[in-house]
Amino acid sequence: MPPAQPLMTPTGAQTSSKGVAASKGAPLLTVQDLKVYFEVGGNRLLGRPPGVVRAVDGVSFDLRAGETLGLVGESGCGKSTLGRAVLRLLPIHAGRVVWLGKDLAKLNDHDMRGVRRDMQIIFQDPLASLNPRMTVGEIIAEPLQTFQPSLNRAQVRDRVKAMMAKVGLLPNQINRYPHEFSGGQCQRIGIARAMINEPKLIVCDEPVSALDVSIQAQIVNLLMDLQREMGMSLIFISHNLAVVKHISHRVLVLYLGKIMEIADRNSIYYDPLHPYTHALNSAVPLPDPDQERGKSRIVLKGDLPSPLNPPSGCPFRTRCPRATEVCAQVMPDLLQAKPGHLVACHHADYPRTN
Amino acid sequence: MNRVLEVTDLKTTFATPEGDVKAVGGVDFAINKGETLGVVGESGSGKSQIFMSIMGLLARNGRAAGSVKFKGEDILGLPVKELNRVRGAKMSMIFQDPMTSLNPYLSVRRQMTEVLMQHKGLSEEKAAAESVAMLENVQIPEAKRRLNMFPHEFSGGMRQRVMIAMALLCGPELLIADEPTTALDVTVQAQILEVLVGLQRDFGMAIALITHDLGVIARMADRVMVMYAGGIVEKGSVRDLFKDPQHPYTQGLLESMPRLDERESTRLTTIGGQPPNLQNLPSGCTFRDRCRYAFERCPVERPLLTPFAEGPDGAIRSKACHLPSL
Repeated sequence: MPPAQPLMTPTGAQTSSKGVAASKGAPLLTVQDLKVYFEVGGNRLLGRPPGVVRAVDGVSFDLRAGETLGLVGESGCGKSTLGRAVLRLLPIHAGRVVWLGKDLAKLNDHDMRGVRRDMQIIFQDPLASLNPRMTVGEIIAEPLQTFQPSLNRAQVRDRVKAMMAKVGLLPNQINRYPHEFSGGQCQRIGIARAMINEPKLIVCDEPVSALDVSIQAQIVNLLMDLQREMGMSLIFISHNLAVVKHISHRVLVLYLGKIMEIADRNSIYYDPLHPYTHALNSAVPLPDPDQERGKSRIVLKGDLPSPLNPPSGCPFRTRCPRATEVCAQVMPDLLQAKPGHLVACHHADYPRTN
Repeated sequence: MNRVLEVTDLKTTFATPEGDVKAVGGVDFAINKGETLGVVGESGSGKSQIFMSIMGLLARNGRAAGSVKFKGEDILGLPVKELNRVRGAKMSMIFQDPMTSLNPYLSVRRQMTEVLMQHKGLSEEKAAAESVAMLENVQIPEAKRRLNMFPHEFSGGMRQRVMIAMALLCGPELLIADEPTTALDVTVQAQILEVLVGLQRDFGMAIALITHDLGVIARMADRVMVMYAGGIVEKGSVRDLFKDPQHPYTQGLLESMPRLDERESTRLTTIGGQPPNLQNLPSGCTFRDRCRYAFERCPVERPLLTPFAEGPDGAIRSKACHLPSL
């Protein structure tokens, strides 16, 4: 199979911003009906048309300054694609990403560069995301030198050392190479590199999934401390629901590229309205033998359907315990059930007000 | 006889150009008939290498010493031919990544029937029929058709089911499951754990479940042993160990896990620092550098795993720590 190709069509941006949560203060980021499609397979010579994967299919949400939004869902649900599309690291098919009032798709390269300074990303595999031939000092200094070329060497060095101390690295290790550090320390280097220009947004793509439990807690605490001190927003992507719930203010649940539910962290766990959110919650084993053995569990049947050939109507219907005929025909709109709590389900737990 | 596996003073070392690495530094434990023993630890704690040693699957530079008795028979260091009477038949193992443990060139049929033809001397036809029955036991739909498919035609969760079915073909008395659900989504993990619970109920085999996920341990295990830097630091029944951890490392692990059922997002308690270098273990207690309770005795004397209490259900609790209680 040839590598997936982003599918670009210049037109067709429908901006029906249905169901955007009411926000206090102007949002830092507004995503409206975002669609990211990929072409896969096909053969031009043989005239076989490519398949289209709708990795992100009509996603809308707001992100406020200083807020952490968690993205959860199973592998292949589009959470990483969404994180990258927001940063314009992937071309979008339709929809808008509005950053501080500016539509990112309309910015030219020069203006986009200015915005990039404020948006950063950290990755799952900390060692793979660092250049093995650069020292830690060079790695952390690079974004600083790129965006603030007027700084002299001594100033850069001071800023890098201060940042290293802030993320819990010893400043005297500035001349070491990434392979000399453990996984947790490499993730600290990645965080220092992302933070050095004091960005307004960091997309964290599974930043603790490769780390051991005791190290994971250190990194989660570090991110929360840095946010308290420096006030940046986070989009925190992870399949670990407990970690997402711990670090996030609000949580967005994705399934095959579509939003199933968005709500604040406690509502997602204590008061979920969507059957998929129920199932996800109940699948996570709690570190408590009494609760684990006593609890009734919703075990979903089967796997995530192929994104190349998603079910009609609601994508979750093939595994949903509440599915009825209407689910196969119509994708339910994402509607507000309670203030700040949106759900896309024909059979959600609460009567919904539009 | 109640003991399925009895391990005494098992030591596993790997020879490297920089010197010997002591992956497992002398562990004692036993697994009883029909029970599930949870083995918890972080990467490098030696939790997998214990069982690789037992199965005779160590890398070429690895050496295991001590005693491993399977139903009374010492199996450590047996020649391959004799070991094969036991492994794969009476004692089998499943791994984290089912794709790398299945042969991509051979159909599931070929890989499953081979096990039965080798160990039980069945005909291909009979072996295929038993394989289908076993695929049905692990709840693979359309088992008859699926038997003829290749590993890449299965999803991750289905592949792990195939692995489990294959491991159970000869009716083993011990199933060693090394991080069997770590690569899977939580929803699929829940399916696989349910399959394992059901199969244990039906077939009565003992399970050694190796994982770093304390939630999976809480759900599955009867007894637990916690590994750190190649040694067992605490052992006990799952309830005792989770409700009242008595080794500082166990306590730290439980506290550092964010919980889905927490109301307030309080700061996580962390274990500072990192696990020690196995080539150059610290003197005395291996955990002392990261321990909030460390005192004068800890760098001087290595604490041995010692029984300290009997739980309400009669399970002996033991720990390797100089402190009488936390």
